[in-house]
Amino acid sequence: MSGSTIIFYLLSILTLVSGILSVTTRKIFRAAIFLLFSLIGIAGLYFWMQYEFIAAVQIIVYVGGITVLIIFSIFLTQQAGELLPQQNKKRVLFSLLAAFSGFGLTLLQIIQHSFNKTLESPILPTMENIGNQMLGIDDNGFSLPFELVSILLLAAMIGCIVIALRSKPTTV
Amino acid sequence: MMEPGLNHVLFISTALFFIGVFGFLTRRNLITMLMSIELVLNSVNINFVAFNKYLWPHKLDGLFFSIFVIAIAAAEAAVAIAIIINLYRSHQSIDVENTEDLKF
Amino acid sequence: MNEFLQIKLLGIFSLGMDLGWALLMIPLLPLIGFLLLGLFGRKYMKQSAGIFATLLLSVSAFLSLHTAYGYFFKYGKLEGVYQKIIPVQFTWLQFSPGVSIDLGILLDPISVMMLVVVTFISLMVHIYSLAYMKGEERFPTYYSFLGLFTFSMLGLVMSSNIFQLYIFWELVGVSSFLLIGYYYDRPSAVAACKKAFIITRFADLGFLIGILILSFYSGTLDFNTLIEKLTSIESTEFKSIASASFIGISALTWALVLVFIGGAGKSALFPLHVWLPDAMEGPTPVSALIHAATMVVAGVFLVARLFPIFSMSEAALNVVSIIGITSALFAAVIACTQTDIKRVLAYSTMSQIGFMMFSLGVSGQGGESGLGFTAAMFHLFTHALFKALLFLGAGSVIHFIHSNEMKDMGGLRKYLPITHITFLIACLAISGVPPFAGFFSKEEILLAAYHHNMTIYWIALATSGLTSFYMFRLYFSIFWNKEYIAHGEAHGEGGFLMMTPLIMLSIGAAAAGFIPFGEYVSADGKLLESAFHLQFSIAPVVLVLAGIFTAMWMYKKQSNRPDTIAYSLNSFYKLAFHKFYIDEFYFFITKKVLFNLVGRPAAWFDKNVVNGLINAIGNCTIFLSEKVKGFQSGKVQQYAIYFLAGVIGLAVLFIYIWK
Repeated sequence: MSGSTIIFYLLSILTLVSGILSVTTRKIFRAAIFLLFSLIGIAGLYFWMQYEFIAAVQIIVYVGGITVLIIFSIFLTQQAGELLPQQNKKRVLFSLLAAFSGFGLTLLQIIQHSFNKTLESPILPTMENIGNQMLGIDDNGFSLPFELVSILLLAAMIGCIVIALRSKPTTV
Repeated sequence: MMEPGLNHVLFISTALFFIGVFGFLTRRNLITMLMSIELVLNSVNINFVAFNKYLWPHKLDGLFFSIFVIAIAAAEAAVAIAIIINLYRSHQSIDVENTEDLKF
Repeated sequence: MNEFLQIKLLGIFSLGMDLGWALLMIPLLPLIGFLLLGLFGRKYMKQSAGIFATLLLSVSAFLSLHTAYGYFFKYGKLEGVYQKIIPVQFTWLQFSPGVSIDLGILLDPISVMMLVVVTFISLMVHIYSLAYMKGEERFPTYYSFLGLFTFSMLGLVMSSNIFQLYIFWELVGVSSFLLIGYYYDRPSAVAACKKAFIITRFADLGFLIGILILSFYSGTLDFNTLIEKLTSIESTEFKSIASASFIGISALTWALVLVFIGGAGKSALFPLHVWLPDAMEGPTPVSALIHAATMVVAGVFLVARLFPIFSMSEAALNVVSIIGITSALFAAVIACTQTDIKRVLAYSTMSQIGFMMFSLGVSGQGGESGLGFTAAMFHLFTHALFKALLFLGAGSVIHFIHSNEMKDMGGLRKYLPITHITFLIACLAISGVPPFAGFFSKEEILLAAYHHNMTIYWIALATSGLTSFYMFRLYFSIFWNKEYIAHGEAHGEGGFLMMTPLIMLSIGAAAAGFIPFGEYVSADGKLLESAFHLQFSIAPVVLVLAGIFTAMWMYKKQSNRPDTIAYSLNSFYKLAFHKFYIDEFYFFITKKVLFNLVGRPAAWFDKNVVNGLINAIGNCTIFLSEKVKGFQSGKVQQYAIYFLAGVIGLAVLFIYIWK
């Protein structure tokens, strides 16, 4: 039992328990906070898998950005105080059934499949390698998706502003 | 206990995925539904990174996929929040039971 | 026989190719009148419709007379026997090598005679209606219907094929329907035309079945071939039809009786007579043409046409004579009690047709015994003349006083002199007073009955007495009895357009008796000497005069003698007055039995079971669609769960089941 094993199990317990609590709690603010913890746990997992860049991006974007956005929207729609209403039991039962059956099916597939490792020499995910490949224009380059994602972000920004804009009263 | 390998990480990501799905189907509030969607997206990210690390360590494709997924998920969350705010203005509630206008 | 026909055909074509055309023109001219007046009359020919139709018909009448002259005096006879000539024939529908519906014209003594009768009477009615129907809103429509009727009747008498006759038979029924219901805004007229059509249609079912049986056994529909095959005892067809039997009666008798049923319906014989009195709802000239002189004798014509086959079956002839004499007596009794003058004339028609029918029934094929046939045809000819005269005279009376009832009439001889004289001539003719036409024809009928069947002879004698009684009852009630009080402005008798037909018909009624009919029309085409037995005529004439004097005693002056006699005959009088309740009996059968026991359950079945089944299918569809509609509920989470379930299902399917 090495330290990395224990850390892995701790992180995974944190992630999963926070996830479960996030989807079942009746207080909305607490759900947001549990989501926050779950996201931190996932970042920790990335750290444990030694992909630090992704872990950092996760913390900055998800934890620092999206969770804050969600909390903002909770405030904007005045939901912070009250208890969330409960779903009817039949719906919960069916959803549980569906989720469990899906889970079981997928797990079965994972266990039965034998994953073959490749024998080539690994690349370390250092910043230098990531940067070169991100803006590279050779076969392994990702500059095109990079540009497209930036356009997407621009569009999303404009779209959000337009949708959330309070419509001006028409002046005669 | 054995060394945690690919299967363990995949177990985590699968569990998180179906927790998210359960939350999406069960929750009555639009914002909590959005949170469940974020859980699903994150589970997908874990998947990509795990496969990249354990099966194809000579490439970084999984990593880049996750970066882009994070970026797109952020944009999508923003748009979703904007829609929720708009909906709140017209319906005065964000209970998903009140958004049944597009029916027969 | 066929060789003679071939020679005849060639001979005719050497006379002039236009014989066929002339014959075709005779029915086609009224048809053209029907079409043109029907399509354009209402808009363009409001005033001139009558003159146009009358002109067309006068050409037709002239051509008929020309044909009759040619046939009887020039080319019809071959070695003293009148031939059946077919100048025009073409095949229309071929069912099998032997059976085909041809359309053709057959000329023989009775069809040529009928051509003359129909066109002449129709022409008289056309002229009369110019004045009678003047001012009617639908004047052109009336003449177009008359044209249709004339066309159909002429086609009927000229048919060379039994199916062609059936086609025209139905057309005549339709024209009668249209003309009876001419005043369609009167509910009584509408009911009457429906009744006429339904009863004759019902009888035509029998006619059709008879045609089918005859054509099945003889393998042909053509009259000449039919008669040829079924009248020679050695032919295979006759053997087969005579030996096949159903409930002990041979197929030949069945076929003939069924055909006779069709004829009985059209000729208003007992018990299918109930439509004829009601048919008097139509205009009076129509009654004169259709229901007195031409259409109602179609049944007699049919039996005469098929007479060679009828004479092969003793039983069929018996049926014909029994129905004939029964109708004659039945109608005569009822006519004594009726008060509507048109209805008296209707029952009188029925009675006279009964005379014609039983005269055919007692007739033999040729020679002396064929007197019945000649007498029936002679009576048809003279009856057409004087019955049309009676109806047109009645029309003149009705036109004057605007009512049909006898109680509104009386003492009209001062106001309607010409009508009075012609009506008197017609009454004398129908009663059989010499030297008018009816005497000669009725004598021959009574003679034929005397030689064959004494029972029929005595009943016929009694009926002649009754005939003279009720006809003179009618005559005295209209023209004598009480004094006429004119209400409002009395317009005079009808103009010369109404009087000319009356005068012409009265000349015919007076003089037609002297035609030696036996020279022209007989059962086998040979000459028949018309024997005039003076001693034989004494009894009928005495009876007739007794009837006249009784009527004079009762009705010439206004008195209570009729009422006392009616009172003393009490229940029998009531029975006759209500026409022996036959109408009520038919109503009972149709309403209580057919409608309730057959119609109602059938309607229930149709509405609940058949409709219910269709409705159930519809309801099933609605139910299913409601269920399917529920899928689109607008709930996003519901959509998501279906989606997920589908994905899991497909995954299981692809991984485990379809590898």
